[in-house]
Amino acid sequence: MKYLRLPLRAAAVLATLLAAHGVGADESIDALRAELGALKAQYESRIEALEQRLDAAEQQLAREQQQPAEPVESYAAVAAPPAASSYAGAGNEFNPAMGVILNGAYRSYDKSPEDYYIPGLPSGGGLADEGFSIGESEFIFTANVDDWFYGRVTMAVEQEDNDFSTSLEEAFLDTLSLPASTTLRFGRFYSSIGYLNDKHPHSWDFVDQALPYSALLDTQYGDDGIQLRWLAPTDLYLELGAEVFRGASYPAAGDAHSGKGTQSLFGHIGGDVGISNSWTAGLSWLNADARHRDSGSEDDPLAFDGTTQIYIADFVWKWAPNGNNRERNLIFQTEYLWRNENGDYLLSGIDGPEPVDADSSGWYAQLIYQWQPGWRMGVRVDGLNLDNPGPQFAGSALEPLGDDPLRYSLMFDYSHSEFSRIRLQFERDESGLENNNQLTLQYIMSIGAHGAHEF
Amino acid sequence: MNYQAVLKICCTLVLLATARAQAGVQVFACEPEWAALAGEIGGANVETISATNALQDPHYIQARPSLIAGIRKADLLICSGSGLEDGWLPVLLRKGNNPKIQPGQPGHLAASQYVKRLDVPAVLDRAQGDLHAQGNPHIQTDPRNIALVARVVAQRLQQIDPGNAEAYRGNLAAFEEKWSAAINRWQQQAAPLRGKRVVLHHRSWVYLDNWLGLEEEATLEAKPGVPPSAAHLNELLTQLKASPAALIIRAPYQDPQPSEWLTKQTGIPNAALPFTVGGTPDATDLYSLFDVTIRILLEKMGPAGE
Repeated sequence: MKYLRLPLRAAAVLATLLAAHGVGADESIDALRAELGALKAQYESRIEALEQRLDAAEQQLAREQQQPAEPVESYAAVAAPPAASSYAGAGNEFNPAMGVILNGAYRSYDKSPEDYYIPGLPSGGGLADEGFSIGESEFIFTANVDDWFYGRVTMAVEQEDNDFSTSLEEAFLDTLSLPASTTLRFGRFYSSIGYLNDKHPHSWDFVDQALPYSALLDTQYGDDGIQLRWLAPTDLYLELGAEVFRGASYPAAGDAHSGKGTQSLFGHIGGDVGISNSWTAGLSWLNADARHRDSGSEDDPLAFDGTTQIYIADFVWKWAPNGNNRERNLIFQTEYLWRNENGDYLLSGIDGPEPVDADSSGWYAQLIYQWQPGWRMGVRVDGLNLDNPGPQFAGSALEPLGDDPLRYSLMFDYSHSEFSRIRLQFERDESGLENNNQLTLQYIMSIGAHGAHEF
Repeated sequence: MNYQAVLKICCTLVLLATARAQAGVQVFACEPEWAALAGEIGGANVETISATNALQDPHYIQARPSLIAGIRKADLLICSGSGLEDGWLPVLLRKGNNPKIQPGQPGHLAASQYVKRLDVPAVLDRAQGDLHAQGNPHIQTDPRNIALVARVVAQRLQQIDPGNAEAYRGNLAAFEEKWSAAINRWQQQAAPLRGKRVVLHHRSWVYLDNWLGLEEEATLEAKPGVPPSAAHLNELLTQLKASPAALIIRAPYQDPQPSEWLTKQTGIPNAALPFTVGGTPDATDLYSLFDVTIRILLEKMGPAGE
């Protein structure tokens, strides 16, 4: 617009000068005055017209500055608007994240699950009921307590022979700000030994727990206690931890040592190989004291006093092209559990306690392949090697019969979204007295807050 | 067991581990674009690692042991936020035992909080797919958002490492000048794209579309996070035959098959845009990321292309 202003001003000055000179001259003054008057009028009308154009141009400029393509430097069009404060005061602003896992199945077996037990195993193992059942459903609550603590509660509703029971699976607190990369966990929780021990059933890759865990740890070891974990400041992942538990659940019992009956140590390492592979491996040790651990039936009691030691070696390898899990991935997972039971068994029909010092072991290996988003298939072989505790236990539940227990599983599952999964599993179970073919159709659904999954 | 030997090994490991010299501010970026931005602002005073690369879907990352080790030593965490990393970052934060980068600390930067988020759902219902309650998290496809986040990165670096505050201020000023010139250049180059209609694999590109004035015709995913189904692709085919689009866009980590099938059926070209630094071999930094993005868009649907 500047090019308009200069000639305007010049014109205005010229007009004023001409007007001033026009006062007090000779005869031609009148003629000149008339001429000047005409000039003045002409200029005035032109100035007026120019002023109007200038005004219009300035208004146009102002309009353009208000609306259009934002000045690049402020990025106002894409900046976050100031956060609106909307305090309702209803008292539920700090409610914990809540999630519910719905987990149910339809099962069909060749042989009745009533007759199923693993010979040589005091806890006997067990099979879920045939037909429709809701299995185990979990309610999960998590939140930060404050800047020091994080809390988590997992409640499970289980069905057994038409009886529903609610159990507190986990209720623990984690520290958030201890120095030197240490974390303290306390309350009730699953021990971090092995790989599968602290995984909840909804994150298992098969309908049922691997045989060594279900046989030697009664599915998974959880108890009331305290855990200290330390993470090494290395590029290679290295975590070391120790735990002390009350000693109330299998393979411990009776809250030995004034309620400090179980101790454990564990270490996990892991890393990447290129961008497509990652792995983890671990070694764990669990020492559980049992005081009068009942594991027989009512008419055939079987009690154990003594110490159970369990060593676990675990290894997991995951592969995904370029590390992009979404499209395709492969997981190999294996664990070996070794158990020594040293103490006395009290059996019906035998006077006095019988000493036992027996080694048993269990293992599994599995391969899970996701060949396209949502679709996975998996195979698993798991087995046990149960020691014969001696001829004095002939005929009791402690006497292994026949071949070592072995089981083969094949599963397919489909996840329509991150929150739903439907699974079909076939099993050839050679762990009981009779070989059993089993078919299971399972659903696992998650509603509400869904926590992130561990490696 | 010989406990003394175990103890000795443990102590040696601790000493070895802590003896490692740590140079500069350790930045743990969830996505490559934030690692690149931290490099622009931090210069030689920061060491960056990225949890993901451009060929990985950032929604579905495993909470790998190596990432826990990375979180453990981080001074500053930069992630897109808005739920993008919900499937894995919470585990890393809890297992990494690092109080410096927990939410609420200066070391925890959720980039999308600092920009105007699009696609904030009015109704939260998972029947609508895997929704992000706080809005679309893929903010890095609009360079103006990166400029806004750059300021926050500079401010956090000054807070965490006050000794080098002057350097961070200087780097930010230099970056802002160069970046705003680049934005002007890209906007001029991309002017012919305004109003073109595009089909998206996933709603990863809404910020790019908003910036360049592209119009979204449809998405290959019927619902966010649900893989494109044959039924939905057939519906799209009918829709696109009635009202054609100029281009089908996907990220490098997304399955090319659905978009290639649609191209074959409709003749509408498809393209994998870099999406982030490293998404194509020539998108090596933040500048080339947008150079390449706009070059591909112009090649595929420029004035001559349609």
